[in-house]
Amino acid sequence: MFLVLLIVIPLIAGIVAIASQSAAIAKIVGLVASLATLGVLLNVLCIPNGSEALAYSKLWIGSLGANFSLLLDGPGKIATLLTAVSFPIIFIASWNNGYKYGHQFWGLMLLAMAGLMGVFLANDMLLFYFFWELALIPTYFLCSIWGGEKRIQVSFKFFIYTFVGSVLMLIGIISLYGKTPDASFSWKSFTQVALTAKEQLFYFWLFFVAFAIKMPIFPLHTWQPDAYEQSPTTVTMVLSGIMVKMGLFAVIRWLFPIFPEASSQMAGIVITLSIIGVIYASLIAIRQDDIKRLIAYSSIAHIGIMAAALFTKNNMGYEGAVIQMFSHGINIIGLWIVVDYIEHQTGVRKMSELGGLAQKAPNLTILFIVLAFANVSLPLTNAFIGEFLMFNGIFQYSVCAAVVACLSIILGAVYTLGLAQKTFYGEPKSLAAIKSDAPLNVIVALSLIVVMIIAFGVYPKPLFNLIGLVTGAN
Amino acid sequence: MNLIIISALSGVVMMFSGLFVKNNRTISYIATALIIFLSLATMCELGAKSWFNIPQAEAMLRTSVYGKLIGVILTIATTFYFVLSGKDIERVGKHVADYYALMFFVLAGAGILLSFQNLLMLFLGVEILTIPLFILTGAQKQNLKSNEASLKYFLMGAFSTGIMLMGIVLIYGAMGSFDLSVIGKKAQFATPIHGANLMGLLLLLASMAFKVSAAPFHFWTPDVYDGAPTVFTSFMATIVKVAAVVAFIRLFEGSMEPFHTSKWQILVSILIACTLLVGNITAVFQQSVKRMLAYSSISQAGYMLFAVFAFNAFGKEGITIYGLSYSLATIGIFSVLSKMQDITFDGFNGLARQYPGIAFALTVFVLSLAGIPLTGGFLGKFYMISAGAASNSSYTWLFILAILCAAVSVYYYFRIIQAMYFKERVSDTPVFEVPVSKAFPILLIVVAALIILIGINPQILLQYLYF
Repeated sequence: MFLVLLIVIPLIAGIVAIASQSAAIAKIVGLVASLATLGVLLNVLCIPNGSEALAYSKLWIGSLGANFSLLLDGPGKIATLLTAVSFPIIFIASWNNGYKYGHQFWGLMLLAMAGLMGVFLANDMLLFYFFWELALIPTYFLCSIWGGEKRIQVSFKFFIYTFVGSVLMLIGIISLYGKTPDASFSWKSFTQVALTAKEQLFYFWLFFVAFAIKMPIFPLHTWQPDAYEQSPTTVTMVLSGIMVKMGLFAVIRWLFPIFPEASSQMAGIVITLSIIGVIYASLIAIRQDDIKRLIAYSSIAHIGIMAAALFTKNNMGYEGAVIQMFSHGINIIGLWIVVDYIEHQTGVRKMSELGGLAQKAPNLTILFIVLAFANVSLPLTNAFIGEFLMFNGIFQYSVCAAVVACLSIILGAVYTLGLAQKTFYGEPKSLAAIKSDAPLNVIVALSLIVVMIIAFGVYPKPLFNLIGLVTGAN
Repeated sequence: MNLIIISALSGVVMMFSGLFVKNNRTISYIATALIIFLSLATMCELGAKSWFNIPQAEAMLRTSVYGKLIGVILTIATTFYFVLSGKDIERVGKHVADYYALMFFVLAGAGILLSFQNLLMLFLGVEILTIPLFILTGAQKQNLKSNEASLKYFLMGAFSTGIMLMGIVLIYGAMGSFDLSVIGKKAQFATPIHGANLMGLLLLLASMAFKVSAAPFHFWTPDVYDGAPTVFTSFMATIVKVAAVVAFIRLFEGSMEPFHTSKWQILVSILIACTLLVGNITAVFQQSVKRMLAYSSISQAGYMLFAVFAFNAFGKEGITIYGLSYSLATIGIFSVLSKMQDITFDGFNGLARQYPGIAFALTVFVLSLAGIPLTGGFLGKFYMISAGAASNSSYTWLFILAILCAAVSVYYYFRIIQAMYFKERVSDTPVFEVPVSKAFPILLIVVAALIILIGINPQILLQYLYF
């Protein structure tokens, strides 16, 4: 029952926020609802994995054999925790961003949250597909209404990309549904589908392309830098912090159990593509002048490592990737909060026009530097735990792949520290002067993230406990 | 039976009311009252016997549960159509009562098409369905485009009816009967298939494909839909089309057993593929929303034809969901379009800021037509393609094509959303020709809510199929 609340609270709050017609009320509704969701989730997280209380099922479309069935497992716990933690932080951080038609903005954010929760909870293929799209549509509107100059084309490209991916997945769903032993959409029936090796490969690609577009994996990533750049930064936080995790999560929840052989067989190709993407994105990130694009490319690099580690299908890689889903999510949201503040204060995003922000904003600088360290996965930050495990996993799979992938740490340090140096240190530029240190709400949001970074960097055991027994990999 | 008889009587009542009632608004109210009565009457028939018991007609008309349910859907859609577009019908010309009467006659024709048991009734139904449409298309007498469309429709329609008659005659020659069940029984033992029978079936296929505007028999559609008064385009593209598709299924379902084999599916799959490609790709290049909807209705017919490809329970369930959600969404969009000054995409610019309610409802309609989950349109497409996959899974190329076409359709449907929400209105001219009433957005939202309801819980509709 609690699981339903996780979806229903943001959904109803979103509708209330839109109906309220007032940005001030919508903001409060949003914050309260997201905190309530977090409260419910923390309650649920105490229940051990595999318990009855972590599943919910109700008949939905009887003649199709589709159920409204939810399940919270180890990776699901991490993903829902990420969603529930991120939204309050995002709301706090962008509290003072005055958006035109604010009530619609906050309402759509909450609807996106409901969709994301649904994706992470759904245990029925049709339901999963519903939420997969439900998460996309509010985001499309958010990007297109409040985005930058080229928002309409860019968000449409993003929409078409993901929509093509999802319809390919839909073909897979329909065909597999016809082969299930009991004509049902449940996770269990889908995993019991008997497929020949050739069929597995075919359907594997149908599903994988959908997930790969969402992550995104090279060469399907071209929508991502544009979308991140043109979206309002608050939405970019949701896109890059949480929404890309949908792809990774779907691989764990659906792809591996349904196509165990095909995913092992294709692991080589996927890992190669991911690692090409990692190096490629890191190199491009170094050359970027726009902060938003730089972080966008750095995100591609990080996601690439996670995808590669998942596909090694060993325990280390799997645990590392799941932990990193959470760590990368909050870290990158932290970076976007800083970018958002700089952009609002100075009106520029180009590093060449920025500099010396540290003199006026010491608090912001300290918090940012911790975030930057986490982004290069320095020990004692949360990202180190995940990356270490992931590289270990990749190393077990192939030494060569691990060596190339490790380059990303060096390259990551180059662009992240370059970013810190060019924007926060050096001489202040007169054109883009920052007036004061960050206001309280930004500091609070960033501090929450920094506390989590250090806490989970030093003592990651609670996160490992959430994952519990390794089920997805073997 | 209720549908056929009551709608025919309603048509007569409307014609007489045109003589005695001079106020157009009153005429609309009468028509709305009649259609509400008609839909209640069809609903009453669902789990029960017809009010009119005519045993002699059994050989000619036999209503199945499925036909009754489709009848309910058609009347409900027409009710919404009358309520939403009543004022636009009044603006078309002087003979408002006649327009309503003609539409009731169309419904009577649709009723026959849902229940015919004899090829002669099929012919009669098609004629009753289309002849009023020729007149409605040409209703704007002063408008050259409307006249041209009407003439074109009449010539092409007459031609296709001729082909249909030829087909019926050939089948009669080969089988010795007009009765569908007799033909079906005889055909089971007649292998190899009789040459005249085969030819007859192909001719029937072509003429039915013409009626549902499947490519390559679609050429009349864009011109007629574009030329006809916008309100009547709405009626033609929805209620008439759904009725024609159901007749298509009924015609080939029981009677054409030997043809059910793989050869039939090859033919229909080519038909579907052409329809989807032509409809979607041409729609992409349209600037006028009306014309875009004309092409999109071609492509929507392509999805509905999956039921003719599959002939299984899935397909029937799919048509029920598809028919209702497609009709409601299209009627909704057209009801807004027929009130607008500028029917290109630019005419929608900035609509969301001035009329948030209308824009929201339109968004739901567009999402449903594009087949985005949570709307009835998604489940409709899902059922149709599932039906195809369940009947013959070796046509993977067709399913992939169908779904990719759905992705293409997102492009042109979303242009409406982009215009409404993301673009600013440049000119000062008002969006609508006539001021919209306060109830109009609320009604639209009710229709939108209905579409979402079907999308979330189709059981409320499908349960009636299995009484």
